[in-house]
Formats: sequence, C-alpha cells, structure tokens
Amino acid sequence: MRVIGTSIPKIDSYTKVTGAARYADDLKLPRMAFGRILRSPHPHAIVKRVDTSRARAHPGVLDVITGTDLPHRYGIMPTTQDETAFAIDRVRYVGEPVAAVCAVDEETAEEALDLIEVDYEPLPAIGSIEEALAHPENRIHDDTKRGNIMKEVHLNFGDLDEGFAEADLVREDTYFFEGTTHAPMEEHACVADAAADGKVTLWTSTQTPHYVHREVAKVLGIRLSRLRVIVPPVGGGFGGKCEPFAHDFAACLFALRHGRPVKFTLSREEVFYCHRGRHPVKMILKTGVKSDGAITAVHLQTFLDGGGYASYGLATVYYTGALLTVTYNIPRYKFDGMRLYTNKPPCGPKRGHGSTQPRYAFECQLDKIAEQLGLDPAAYRKQLAIAPYSTTVNGLRVTTCGLKECVDRVVEASGWDERHGQMPPGRGLGIAISSYVTGAGKAIYWNDMPHSGVIVKIDRGGGVAVLCGSADIGQGSDTMLATVVAEELGIDVLDIRVYAGDTDLTPVDLGSYSSRVTFMAGNAARRAALALRAQLFEAAGALLDAPADQLAAADGCIFVANDPARSITFVEAAQKAEAEHGTLSAVGSYAPPKLGGEFKGAGVGISPAYSYTAAVAEVTVDPETHDLKVDRLWVAHDCGRALNPTLVAGQIEGSAYMGFGEAVLEEQVFRKGLHKIPSLLEYKLPTIYDTPEIVAMHVETHDPEGPYGAKEAGEGPLNPVIPAIANAVYAASGARVDSTPITPDKIQRALKERQRGASPPRQAPSKEVVATR
Amino acid sequence: MTFQVNGEEHRVAASPTHTLLEVLREELDLTGTKHGCELGHCGACTVLLDGAPVLSCLLLAVEAQDAAITTVEGLAHDNTLHPLQLAFAERGAAQCGYCTPGFLISGAALLERNPSPSRDEIKAALAGNLCRCTGYTKIIEAMELAAERMREAERVSAGA
Ligand code: FES
Ligand code: FES
Repeated sequence: MRVIGTSIPKIDSYTKVTGAARYADDLKLPRMAFGRILRSPHPHAIVKRVDTSRARAHPGVLDVITGTDLPHRYGIMPTTQDETAFAIDRVRYVGEPVAAVCAVDEETAEEALDLIEVDYEPLPAIGSIEEALAHPENRIHDDTKRGNIMKEVHLNFGDLDEGFAEADLVREDTYFFEGTTHAPMEEHACVADAAADGKVTLWTSTQTPHYVHREVAKVLGIRLSRLRVIVPPVGGGFGGKCEPFAHDFAACLFALRHGRPVKFTLSREEVFYCHRGRHPVKMILKTGVKSDGAITAVHLQTFLDGGGYASYGLATVYYTGALLTVTYNIPRYKFDGMRLYTNKPPCGPKRGHGSTQPRYAFECQLDKIAEQLGLDPAAYRKQLAIAPYSTTVNGLRVTTCGLKECVDRVVEASGWDERHGQMPPGRGLGIAISSYVTGAGKAIYWNDMPHSGVIVKIDRGGGVAVLCGSADIGQGSDTMLATVVAEELGIDVLDIRVYAGDTDLTPVDLGSYSSRVTFMAGNAARRAALALRAQLFEAAGALLDAPADQLAAADGCIFVANDPARSITFVEAAQKAEAEHGTLSAVGSYAPPKLGGEFKGAGVGISPAYSYTAAVAEVTVDPETHDLKVDRLWVAHDCGRALNPTLVAGQIEGSAYMGFGEAVLEEQVFRKGLHKIPSLLEYKLPTIYDTPEIVAMHVETHDPEGPYGAKEAGEGPLNPVIPAIANAVYAASGARVDSTPITPDKIQRALKERQRGASPPRQAPSKEVVATR
Repeated sequence: MTFQVNGEEHRVAASPTHTLLEVLREELDLTGTKHGCELGHCGACTVLLDGAPVLSCLLLAVEAQDAAITTVEGLAHDNTLHPLQLAFAERGAAQCGYCTPGFLISGAALLERNPSPSRDEIKAALAGNLCRCTGYTKIIEAMELAAERMREAERVSAGA
C-alpha cells in the first residue's frame, strides 16, 4: 500500500487555508435576491391569521410566502411525515418558521419581516417529558395514537425474570442526559436558482444531498429530475444538517417564481432553532450481575424529549436501545423506549445518534457495580467484553472487535494500574468504553438500491475524476475517495479530482450520517477503480507482453510485479485502453449485506461493522468550590484500518472534545418554551482554554468487509468520554452525578446527599408515569 | 470609502452602518473571512488591522478606513503559502475549514510578535476563536510546527 495508511493532507486543505473554499454563503450570483424567515415567538399556538400585505407593499420586497404556499407534508422518515415547510395553522416551538420574505437585499427582507402580521392564539405548552406524559389532553399533534407519545418501542430478548432471579446483585439507577446542540461554526445557508424551463438548482449546506433532493422536490411538487442539489464545502454538521429546512424549500420556491437566484443565510440564533440535536433522555436502567460480575439481565427504559416534530426521532428512539448490547455479553435484554412531543425545537441526530445517552447511563452504572463487587473498573470491562465474530442477544452481527486492546491502550497510557484509587483527594481517573455503527444497515427509506455509488473516469491525459454523491463536511470524505482511487490506480493524489455531492452528476451516496461514508463509499470507489484497473492492466499486458494478473500499478506506472523494469506509464496504458475499450469509466456500488433479526425494529442498529472505543479521563475537583477541571483524556479507538492516521486522529480528538463539552458545559435548555441561551457566548462551546489535552490512539483491527479493513472513526469516540468523566468525578470527589452536564453545583448537591445518607434525587418520571405503560 | 486590504487599495460605496465584515465579504468579494455569529463570540471573522487581530463583525467599516487590513487571502504571497497555512494543511488542523481563516489570522499575528510561543501563549492568542471540529489539538500542533519552521528559516536567512 502506497497511499492507504499514510497521512496525506486533505485534498481540500489548500482551498481551506487560503480562504478560497466557497461555502454556501460565499456564493454570489448575478441578480441574486435574499430571503429571511419569520419565526414563531410562541412555543405552542394556533395561527389564526397571517397578513402579508404590508410586507409585500414594502419597497424592494419581491415576494412573501406562508405555510399555505407549500402545504405538502414532509419528514425525513417516511412514516413520520409531520412537518410542513412553514407552519400552516399551528406553531409547535419558538423559532418555528411561519413565513419567508424575498427581497432585493437582506436588510429589506429583514425590515419586511416586521410588517407581517400574525395573530396567534396561545395554547398550553408542554416543556418536558413529565409534562408531555401528564397532559395527554394538551395534544401537540392531533394524529398521535395516545397523548403526546410520538413513538413507543418494546423489545424483549430472553427471560428477564429468570435473569434477575439468577443475579446476586441487581441495581436500578435513573439517569438524565440533557439535550445539546451541534453548533457547527457555519450557520445553515443555501442559494437556489431556477431557469424559465422550471429546472431548479439548490446549493445548500447539508450532510445528505440525496435526502434533501427527495424531500424538496416532493414539497415543491416538482419531479426529482427537475431539481439538482449541490453541496458546497460544508462548515461542520455533526448531524445537524441531515434534513431539508424551511430555507431550502423557500429559496427554491422563490427562485422558481421569480426566475432569479435567492440566498438564505441563517443567523446564529436561528441555527439554535433549527436544532435537530441531541435528545434529552431520561433512563431507568436495571442490571443484574453475578457475584463475579457477569451480567445476567438488563432492562433499559428510555424517555426521549423529542421537541415539536419527528425529525429522525423514530430512528433515535430505537437507537437508544439497539446498541447497548454491542459491547458486553448481555444474555437477556429488555428495552422500552418512548419518544414524546414537546413544544421545543425538534431533536434529531447528533454525533453518536441515540447511543450516547444510554451509553453514559450504562457505563456510570457499571462503575457503581464494579465498586460494589470490588472489581477494578478497567479489568471488569475487559472481563465483560463481547467476543469478536459473535451475535448479540438482539441479533446484531459483530465482526472485528478491538475493545480489549482499546482498554489496554488507555490503561497503559494513563497509568491506570498505578494511579487509579491512589491519587490525592480531589483528583481521579475514570474509565468507560463504547461501540458505534459503521453505517446504518438500512437507508432512511427502505429500498434495494445501493447505499453508495461511485463513478471513476480517466481522461486520456491521465487525469482521473471521481464522482460520488457523498458530502464532505470536514471529515475528509473527498480525500478518502481520492486515496482509494490513487491506491488502486497507482497514481498521485494530485492527478485526481473529486466531484462530490451533486445529484445531477454524481451517483447516489446516502450522505454523511451514521459514520457510513468511508466504509460504503470507500468500497464503492474501490470497486470502480478495480474495474478500471482491469481494463488498464489488459491494455498494459498487451504492450508489456505479460499476463494482466502479473501486473501492478504504482507511482504513475504499470509494471510487471516481479520485473518492475518492464513498465509503461499510466498515461500510455490509459490511451491504449481507451483505444481498445472506448471512453474509460467505471462504476462501483456498495450495499450492506442483509443483517439483523426478523422482529419489528430489527432494522435499527444493524451495521456491516462496529467500531470500539475506550476512554480514560483525569479530572480535578476542588474540594471547596467543587470546580471541575478535566485535565486530560486518553481515547483509544478501534477504527479497523486507519486509511489516513492523521485524519482518524482528528476525528477522535474532535469527538472527544465534543463529548467533553456535553459532559461538563453544554446544554440546550428552555424557560417557558424560550431557548435560554441561543448564542455562542452563553451556550458554552468549549474554547481552546477549556478543552483538556486529548491523547488519541488507534487500535487497528482488519475488518473483513471494510475497504482495506477500515471501520468508522467519526462518531464512536465521543460516547465513552462522557461517562469516563462522570466516573472520574466520582473517583476525585465521591460525588455520583447522574445527570449531565456535570457541574459544580450538582457535585455539591450529590456530596450533601451522600453525607445525609440519602439516595440521589430521582431523575426519571414518577412511578405513576411508568405504570401507565 | 477607501480601504487598504492585503496591500491593495479599494474604493467602495457602502452604507456607513455596514460592518467591516460585510464590506469585505459583500463589496470586495473577500469571502475567505467567515462569520459564525456576527456578535463577537466566535472569532471566525478575525482580520488584522495594522497587524493586530480584530473581529470584523464588530467593527464598522468606516472605522477601518485608514488602517492596513489583512485577511486570510493576504496571508499567502504570490501563491506561496504562509508557513502556518502549510502547517494547518499538513497537520489536518482544518477539518471543515470554516473557523480556519480566523485561526490563521490570530495565529499568524502571534507568530509575528512572538516566534517561540509557549502552549499557554498559543492558547491565549487563540482563545477568542472557536472551532467545533478539531478539539484544537491539531491547531496547536500546527502552530508549533509553523513556529519551529519559521525560526529555522530565520536562522538560515540570518546565517546566509
Ligand atoms: S462572526 Fe465575528 S465573532 Fe463571530
Ligand atoms: S475546522 Fe470546523 S470549525 Fe474548526
């Protein structure tokens, strides 16, 4: 391998360090008009009247649209289509789009927003899981079967009663994970343009151009063939840009109506309202273990605070249960999940989608169990670790698993054996582990087509174009594609151009979510490149008078593998092959194998491979003020083969940073339906000062189905960081904080409770609420 | 209004209420300078004003008229990258790249006045810039690499 496994700079680095990269808001087209969105000031209200006449009359205003202009329902999941582009008769969260203005410039559009008159009749608002359950009569959506329950899931694997009866110790703990948001540095933006023939082009900052393509065409009522979605460089996503938004629909409609380009750029405050971020989740977790620590049964109940609409919530609620089984031997498992509608911005997928919250709960509880049984938390995790090539109790197929090696690496690097439990008061180490999918086994809409397609074409001058529908959101997917093709064709990465995320030009890739791109698009790219290589080798074999299967490609040459002096250039081979076969191009596609059980819900959690991570956190807790400082994080990640070690390290570090933020600083919180802190100053993103030193390590396994053995690295490393910090806080201070974020006041409260001998306050819904199930 | 940007003089007719950020991006098409908040919280809009980093979203364009302004487009000379730009590319310090112009400007200003910054000095200089992708690790590494290379280049040219 010449390129695979080396840390080449990202191919887009050069445009990014010079300011030349053109993100959505950097696009400027002749005659471009500008849009702004009017948003609801109420968390829940009937929209009685919207009068746009004064806004329309405002000089410079081209158009105003409201909910009735785009009445088609949409939703990212086919079975939960509960949104319209703009509210029609009801608003369900503060910040929900109500109308949009298109004007000659942004200021004029902004002025016109004030001229739109909306009469609202406020309704009682639901602000929490408890309120949603306690007030089924205050229905947020009229078509739910029961109150404000958007989705209920009940899965049972094995005889729980038997499992708990067998156990020597049964613990039931309740945890609460607070909601957090992605806060990508780039605010969402888009530009749409339309020609008189009714064809529309939409440039938008998205992770999922294919899904945006489908949904926007549907809502506009135009054929998919008339809409082209192009993804410019995306300034961060983390799950927050996985669906179409009101601005996408509005820009396209305005462009179609007026035959000119229209741009929308959201303000930072609006980004907080778009949200689709981490669900707040309450968890009741009951685990039975034998005296040696072996798990006999687990029962997990989750309650998700979903916000006003479904978004990806159907998948999220399943995800809160599905992946708990992938790390440890769990012989019996019961999962009850419930997602509730509330009057807050909709929650959706954020890095670690739905698995982050229960992983936090489980790893914190396991720490308590280890203490009760007198087991070392690190060794205990190795003892429980699932074996490679096994099947979990809920039918998930595990292939490679470097979990034990990950634990070994963080234990060694952190000096765990010498330091854990031996540190001076106020300081402590904590450990946790996790696992994550390498791509969802099913598309959002189930179908039999590939999840990823790649076209590779070779120009007779030797230039190679790689076309793929993927979206590079900073993780380096374009570089990954170039790396794979460079490896197989034996050429320099600089001879390759990647064209990604263009629904007209590039074959479908489902998008940058669920850590799927390296595995799926990487396999597709490799297949396309190998098909082309076969043609090149055939042509080269004729010229070199050698059988094609004895040739190799490297350094821009094709040569006889055991006699490299017999060689021709890549360009010569390409020209000969073009003369033989015609224009040189090939396609490759990838779909995951059929996986999983037969039960309803078996489609969530399946993946062609799982990554594994272990993390150790070192923290200092001031005994007086309870100020918490995370000093250092060691994170070891089994990403399969690291195709580009620097980029893998970057994903581990970025994930660890984000987990750190969620553990101790960040929270998306509301007061009476109003976002308390919709700004980057008050929503506490960790600064360079806050962020601890992060030591990233890879543990390489060789996945049999991943490209060159690769698995994922973009999300999994986030999950163990949060419970590792929580467990370290306990080691340092004696405080068990069973809710995030872990703050000094919560540490103080936990210590007071402990002194009083009281059990920590319940975070979960009351007994009555639970009994209603 | 007249502006000196990256060594070039520009005359623009802009509203006096416009910020320097707006004039740079919208009037001069220097879209390398980014925005993440337009409220002074994120540092994506950092540019140099007479060599000192400022947040262009908080500065009225009129206030910048007499100063020498440097944006990310002005860091490279004749398509030769500034050592910090090169280090960012090599070390993977630009993931999505959206915060990168701001970091490069703040970082270059530090290296200009302090060729051997400590980690704490690096952090102090970059504390006003938020990055959501990297966890800052690779950014710090890139700063250190660039500082080392710039010192080395200085030694070589002093010795020559
Ligand atoms: S845009 Fe100026 S600080 Fe954020
Ligand atoms: S690289 Fe994406 S915000 Fe810094």
